[in-house]
Amino acid sequence: MTINLSHFSAAVVFALFASVVFGITQRNSTIDQLRYGLYCFALFVGGVFLAGWVMALIRR
Amino acid sequence: MAKPTTDKTTDKKTDKSKNAVAVSEPEHPLTTMAVVAPLVGWLIPGGGHILLKRYGRGILLLVSVVAMFLIGLGMQGRIYKPNGGDILDILGFVGDVGSGALYFLARLMDWGNVMAANAEADYGKTFLIVAGLLNFIAAADAHHIALGKKQ
Repeated sequence: MTINLSHFSAAVVFALFASVVFGITQRNSTIDQLRYGLYCFALFVGGVFLAGWVMALIRR
Repeated sequence: MAKPTTDKTTDKKTDKSKNAVAVSEPEHPLTTMAVVAPLVGWLIPGGGHILLKRYGRGILLLVSVVAMFLIGLGMQGRIYKPNGGDILDILGFVGDVGSGALYFLARLMDWGNVMAANAEADYGKTFLIVAGLLNFIAAADAHHIALGKKQ
């Protein structure tokens, strides 16, 4: 079985699973875990967009 | 009227004995479960949490780590073998072996024994390593829960 993911979709899938693990392991209560997981996911995906824009500007 | 006197030597002795108790008895003593839970958690992702009756967390960890590992294999990621060569290869092996039983199963079934030189295979390799590293974090979390440092 071969999975074909673009760079962006691979980054989003990576962010999703890493955020789940970070949320569960780094906070105590369920609501804090959910908040921290969402925060990590937003930072991961935001970082992808930021890095993408930086590379696009460097390329010009 | 006589002033009340305090026996300083006695106070010092009690202070010392308190300190001695504090040193000899750690706040979170090591229990059998604190050793078994991270080991089970390493072998079976999320297993440590399930053993500690954190079923929801355990299942989420299991799904996350197994999914990352399988996606990594699906993207033609390479599984590192034990090696004593390049430092990056050694670190790659350490990351991969963090997946526990998944790593041994992959080695047994000869999965991830590819040398594809494309970007996707590179992402796959990263997924495999990170799945193992996340499982190490999950195992450490199970240890902290078993000790009582975390809820």
